[in-house]
Amino acid sequence: MVAVTYHAPTSVDEAVALLASSDLPSKVMAGGTDLIIQMQKLVGDARLIVDLKKIEGMQTVSIDADALRLGPSLCCAKLTRREDVKAMFPGLVEAAYLIGSSQVQGRASVGGNLCNASPAADTIPALMANRAVCHIAGPGGERSVPVEDFVTGVGRNCLVAGEILTQIELPRPSARTSDAYLRFIPRTEMDIAVASAGASITVDEDGICRDARLAIGAVAPTAIIVDAASDLLIGKSITEEALAAVSEAASSASQPISDRRGTAEFRRHVVGVLAKRAVSIAAERAQGAL
Amino acid sequence: MKTHVQTEINGEAVECLIDPSTTLLNMLRNELLLTGTKEGCGSGDCGACSVVMDGELVCACLVLGVEASGAQIETIEGVADKDQLHVIQEKFLEHAALQCGICTPGLIVSTKALLAQNPDPTEEEARYFLAGNLCRCTGYDKIIKAVMDAASVLKEAS
Repeated sequence: MVAVTYHAPTSVDEAVALLASSDLPSKVMAGGTDLIIQMQKLVGDARLIVDLKKIEGMQTVSIDADALRLGPSLCCAKLTRREDVKAMFPGLVEAAYLIGSSQVQGRASVGGNLCNASPAADTIPALMANRAVCHIAGPGGERSVPVEDFVTGVGRNCLVAGEILTQIELPRPSARTSDAYLRFIPRTEMDIAVASAGASITVDEDGICRDARLAIGAVAPTAIIVDAASDLLIGKSITEEALAAVSEAASSASQPISDRRGTAEFRRHVVGVLAKRAVSIAAERAQGAL
Repeated sequence: MKTHVQTEINGEAVECLIDPSTTLLNMLRNELLLTGTKEGCGSGDCGACSVVMDGELVCACLVLGVEASGAQIETIEGVADKDQLHVIQEKFLEHAALQCGICTPGLIVSTKALLAQNPDPTEEEARYFLAGNLCRCTGYDKIIKAVMDAASVLKEAS
């Protein structure tokens, strides 16, 4: 591994100051499951590692009247054990539960998954479906961006030098709203998504869809929101015909590549199937949600 | 520059000087000579270096040694009570749930973490929980038999 200087600041201001004033190329660490591997491959100049886990609020999750507020560095194992989080965002918890092994979940965080910005990151479509907002602190102060603007490309995010992600906020879902996340992998465990879909659906007392948001992953450089799916669902019953149209919309919104885990053609088909199933599961959950 | 790390391993306070790029795995094995924790892949895929850090099961190869400062670490060396093997260890022997033994410390630490969290797992739950512990020898069947047997013995004892 490349030589490193390690700091674990205890405040956001201290972290920002360290990153902004560093002479060394710097890296922010949450769970480290991606970062430590990347560091092992690096050669050359020493790097500064700023570990955010000691900062208050980085490893907590709380639910208030308006939102779920997630500390970006909270490990997935702790998140997925929280029954209150699971009751509110079962799809987000499903996504976090799919990241790596039990051991990896003991370290890997939703914030790290988001910042690492893999096209196949499991939590990103779930965050997009739930209209997550990213709170950022940096040398220029604080700002907030919707999650879909946070990820800007393969392995790229919108953070500029000295900035850190301080909180992921998921607005409290309205009545009869729920979410779901599905992915396809060739094995049953321990793999990376070949295609994925996250959906959040709101229905009324009569089962008519009142809000819908679908995001798909691993089929483009970043996860993408399928706006056409919302248009196809809102104001209608979630019938087989509607789901078939959603499936088509997801397939046509995708821009997949072929690689060793799947061909573009396969991904385009599978993402459509996952999209309609995720919508259907979220709608079913929404019927039962208060 | 070396960093001073003070931590607690299997209930004992320990300290050492390490380079900040040292993983917890290398700190345990090379600095503290706790070689029960094995290195398999070194990239978080195989689970041979499983340890428990502040109550969470982790791969020691994906943790920096400096992060162990102020933490509580449990390794395979802390599973047996002196000469008295833990039930999980006894069951691994009884079911011959190992051949070469490289994956065994990791599997035992992970099994202990599984049963602490879920004392009565189904076979499917056990298989999913232990999916991050790879074994090239046994085909897993004997391991799962040992895990399920240990679970039922521990459940009866509680």
